[in-house]
Amino acid sequence: MAGKPNSRPAVTLLASLAGLFVVWFVAAHGIGSRVFPPPEQVLAFMVRETASGELPFHLAMTLMRVAGAFITAMAIGSAIGIVLGQSARLDRFFDPWVILFINIPALVTIVLAYIWFGLSEAAAIGAVAVNKIPNVVVTMREGARSMDPHYAEMARVFRFSRLTTLREVILPQLQPYFAASARSGIALIWKIVLVVELLGRSNGVGFQIHLYFQFFDVAAILGYTLAFVAVMIAVELLLIQPYERHARRWRPRAA
Amino acid sequence: MPLEVSIREKSFETTDGGRLTTIRDLAFTVGEGRFACLVGPSGCGKTTTLRLILGLEDEFDGTIVKPEQGRTGVVFQEPRLLPWRTVDRNIRLPLPEDRARADLSALYATLGLTGMENFFPGQLSLGLARRVAIARAFALEPSLLLLDEPFVSLDEPTAERLRRLLMEVWSARPTTALMVTHNLREALELADEIVMLSARPATVRGVYRVDLPRAERTPQAVAAMLAEILALYPPEATDT
Repeated sequence: MAGKPNSRPAVTLLASLAGLFVVWFVAAHGIGSRVFPPPEQVLAFMVRETASGELPFHLAMTLMRVAGAFITAMAIGSAIGIVLGQSARLDRFFDPWVILFINIPALVTIVLAYIWFGLSEAAAIGAVAVNKIPNVVVTMREGARSMDPHYAEMARVFRFSRLTTLREVILPQLQPYFAASARSGIALIWKIVLVVELLGRSNGVGFQIHLYFQFFDVAAILGYTLAFVAVMIAVELLLIQPYERHARRWRPRAA
Repeated sequence: MPLEVSIREKSFETTDGGRLTTIRDLAFTVGEGRFACLVGPSGCGKTTTLRLILGLEDEFDGTIVKPEQGRTGVVFQEPRLLPWRTVDRNIRLPLPEDRARADLSALYATLGLTGMENFFPGQLSLGLARRVAIARAFALEPSLLLLDEPFVSLDEPTAERLRRLLMEVWSARPTTALMVTHNLREALELADEIVMLSARPATVRGVYRVDLPRAERTPQAVAAMLAEILALYPPEATDT
């Protein structure tokens, strides 16, 4: 067999993406409609928009909102989840709240946030975070419930400080749950951020998509979408995956 | 400073709402710098006694006087190492700040851990993980050492080697120590005195002093003491 074994997934990935573009190319030219542009047209738009500085600016605005909402949601959601996971009594009381909030549609939270707090950046980011917090709570609560009490006893017997216990005993046990909710969170958050931008911001990918929707400019809509998807894939490859490899380094590798 | 244990009663609530008394009138003292073993049949409350001494359970009737100063070193039945931290980090985590960077190379050398400082516990055999757990307890330079069947489920040569290593590190700095075991032979090899417990509810049947110096505890000598102790405390309560 030619090629190193670890070069194969990359080859498969490239072939898979190339296949997708071929299907798109053939379908778009076959249909030949202005509202279903072929890939080269979308690419040309992206190049043009990047050269003018529009695309990078709106990407950066959206990315800033994603990061703000993500950090807020993970911090607050983790704290609540850990507390609920460790106290059955608090959990019994607050569980209905969690169920209520997890079922409130994102649109409702966003609209209410804008009405109550005005069309501000804080309202936008806060609304997105509020949408994500219950999901983080549920995942982190599960993690806190499944912690091994043996380690907590060991920490107590050896008189670990609270900070040491948190850093060395609790957080490492929660790491897989943290990674899981970070993964699903970042994907969910960026989609909600677009809605927030569409409804009440004057920049960002969501605002641009709304603008080009009014012109029925599908090449522009797809261009912005693809650009942001590319950014999110880069975040996954350059931030999330290296972090996970580092966090999992102690685990014996499966044969 | 000695360890004085006096438990009048310890009971648990059972799932069907009743109460199960596991310990009744259990009292003994471990003199300063003495190594005592708590021997009794499985399920008689030995581990519960250790947990009471450690303060991991506090609902009981009685008193436990521990050395006031200093720390308690513990070797649990399972090694209870943090799998996400290296061997060296696991051993150093409990150390007080002024000793956090102490030179532990002599301890590592004695326990055969040299060169394994950066391994993760998942890469170690059970025998090696137990050595790390022993190193963690001793690195603290504790004033009280508690061990809960630290050699259980090891093959006999490994257990034997670990017992020798334990004695080597303990002799270097004799610490008031209490070890729980159901293995009388093991207790006879290690202990200054053996506290014999009855079946549940656990109570002290008697204390057997082992005055023979450890260096002279040959297999023959241990066998002779074993015969003697079994005659004194017939196997109703001994699980050998």
